[in-house]
Amino acid sequence: MPKVKAKRKSTWVDMTAMCDMAFLLLTFFMLTSNFTQKEPIQVNTPSSISEIKIPEVNIMKIEVDKEGKIFFGIDGQDKRISLLEKIGEAYKMNFTAEEKKEFSLITAFGVPMEKMKSFLSLKPEQRDLKENALGIPSDSLNNQFKDWVRAARAVNKDLKIAIKADQITPYPKIKNVMNTLQDLNECRFNLITSLEEAPKNL
Amino acid sequence: MAEISTEGKGGKHKGKSKKVSTRVDLTPMVDLAFLLITFFMLTTSMLKPQTMEIAMPSKDKVDLSKIPPLKNSLAVTVILGKNDKIFYYFGALKDTKTGIEAEVKTIDFGPNGIRKVLLDRNRAVVDKVNDLRKQNLNRQISDDTLKARVSREKGVKDAPMVLIKATDDSSYKNLVDILDEMMICNIGKYAIIEITPEDLDKIKTMNL
Repeated sequence: MPKVKAKRKSTWVDMTAMCDMAFLLLTFFMLTSNFTQKEPIQVNTPSSISEIKIPEVNIMKIEVDKEGKIFFGIDGQDKRISLLEKIGEAYKMNFTAEEKKEFSLITAFGVPMEKMKSFLSLKPEQRDLKENALGIPSDSLNNQFKDWVRAARAVNKDLKIAIKADQITPYPKIKNVMNTLQDLNECRFNLITSLEEAPKNL
Repeated sequence: MAEISTEGKGGKHKGKSKKVSTRVDLTPMVDLAFLLITFFMLTTSMLKPQTMEIAMPSKDKVDLSKIPPLKNSLAVTVILGKNDKIFYYFGALKDTKTGIEAEVKTIDFGPNGIRKVLLDRNRAVVDKVNDLRKQNLNRQISDDTLKARVSREKGVKDAPMVLIKATDDSSYKNLVDILDEMMICNIGKYAIIEITPEDLDKIKTMNL
């Protein structure tokens, strides 16, 4: 009786198909990705049924945290450099080429003008520390926020204003921001919200 | 490496080159590809944030006498108070002619709260808009016509005008929520305005 001998099978698996698929997915993710931007503060936005998407370019982002501290940022590295030059003119401050370069890499910041130079000399990871998230002063005596908005508008005429504020930010803080914008004749702006399903059967 | 480079060399095989398998081990390549996929998956933000567009009145001085006054019967005043409470009343707080005081009621957010009040008030417009949406679903009218006609319906002359007044005790969420209700209830005419001292006094007496 012939013995039934199990045939030895090779453990070699053809990886080509898997490789194809992995690269296909990789290509997809590379092409569709827009990187999550680093933000100086955590903001819990309220939700709304609005489905308008925010544009990616030409955006001036005003972030307001729980306590009402204001953070500010615009997109485009070259635009940021001209913004810093413009605000430097207004405050009679001169920034070096390195400081300008550092500034062009910051997506959003919240420091008063007096501390801008020391803020720019910090290492990127130190800038996110709590003690460096001071907020831009916006009270009526020292409204630096207004100057920033004005300078940003002078740099880029097509900027759209987006306000991203926390749910529990007290209304007076928001009112102050909106009033400042109205003073500058910036009457149209966007409030960033997260999506909520619209109720049916009204 | 060295083996590969020395392989076809020399006349050992006497002209007949040994058949080398063309199979390449793709495992490391797959490893790498998946590593990159993981990286891109984690760093991307697929969901773009939504926005709500809002237009505030400009602060330029306008000649008030040229603007027709708002009819009392159309006005709805919504006051955002402390702890997510809402106060609302119809018409003027105190009619200048008759001296009748409006009844201020308190209510909260949510489908059975302010939404119901606003929907009832705006019933005529809501019904028309729903009708238009239905027609759009049945492909009777295009998206563009729907948009144009909805905005026309919202702006009709006898649609209610909602005056939103936020007190200093309210939060940003309250403001967004009430603006959201405007959208849900198809109210086309609304404005965020400063609260008057009379309104403040009134809600203080109601003190809850």
